[in-house]
Amino acid sequence: MNRLTLWFHKFGSPPTFYWLAGLLGPWFFGASLILFAIGLYGGLVLAPPDYQQSDAYRIIFIHVPAAWMSLFIYFFMAVNAFIALVWRIKISETLAMASAPIGAAFTAITLATGSIWGKPMWGTWWTWDARLTSELVLLFLYLGVIGLYNAIEDRRQAARAAAFLALVGVVNVPIVHFSVKWWNTLHQGSTVRLIGPSAIDGSMLWPLLVMALATKLWFFGSLFARARVSVLELEGGKDWARAEALRSGDMA
Amino acid sequence: MNDFFVMGGYGAYVWSSFAIFFIVLIIDFIAPLLRRRRVLAELRGRIKRQQKRPEALA
Repeated sequence: MNRLTLWFHKFGSPPTFYWLAGLLGPWFFGASLILFAIGLYGGLVLAPPDYQQSDAYRIIFIHVPAAWMSLFIYFFMAVNAFIALVWRIKISETLAMASAPIGAAFTAITLATGSIWGKPMWGTWWTWDARLTSELVLLFLYLGVIGLYNAIEDRRQAARAAAFLALVGVVNVPIVHFSVKWWNTLHQGSTVRLIGPSAIDGSMLWPLLVMALATKLWFFGSLFARARVSVLELEGGKDWARAEALRSGDMA
Repeated sequence: MNDFFVMGGYGAYVWSSFAIFFIVLIIDFIAPLLRRRRVLAELRGRIKRQQKRPEALA
């Protein structure tokens, strides 16, 4: 085996992953909380009100990062689902299934905050606009993956079926992203661009990016916490998992 | 300071959005902790039952 495969097997082995995730998880949560504090201060206090939307625009400091995460997590889940289906790597199965509830949470936040912003700005809580509808479909895809995984008794078969659904559903990700370009939507186009200058002032842009980074770190913190428990449950019969259970019993 | 909470008249919209965001994240944080506790308790129960009946190990 070459060095990369060796490394993969070592860190993909359940006890090592359990230990490593337990070690890294709290750091991701901690760094995320610090960035949330900085981003909130920048977004709620330092950034000036918008000339058209007054202070209502401040909702974007959570709405946009949550929306980015809803797509990022889906992509992450689909990549892991692909690896799980093709190479049957157990840890990818676990990671894909653990990311689904976090993705659903961020998608729900996106829809709820978008709706709350839409009421004063558009005059309606909801409209069957291409962006809104495709984001709602994204939520249903997440819920479908979670539901399918929990509906099948055999854990590995359940993961394979749910991974397949996650992989098929990935077609929705570009639809969500490009919906504001392809159709005439009420939802505005993107103002933050990777290529070329963003159509947003620097004083509003930096808190947005800090919040985006904070949600990303939060995702990995939560992912590690969730995947770790799944690994423990799946490996319940193994010696290391029994040792961990007894050790935690001594502490309690 | 009061201006900060009023948010130009949009206070109810802005603060409810931020409240939803952090409530969902708190739930996301607690859910795996509770599940971890349940899984560990279940494993300990299984170990105890096996210790009572050693022949059940096989």
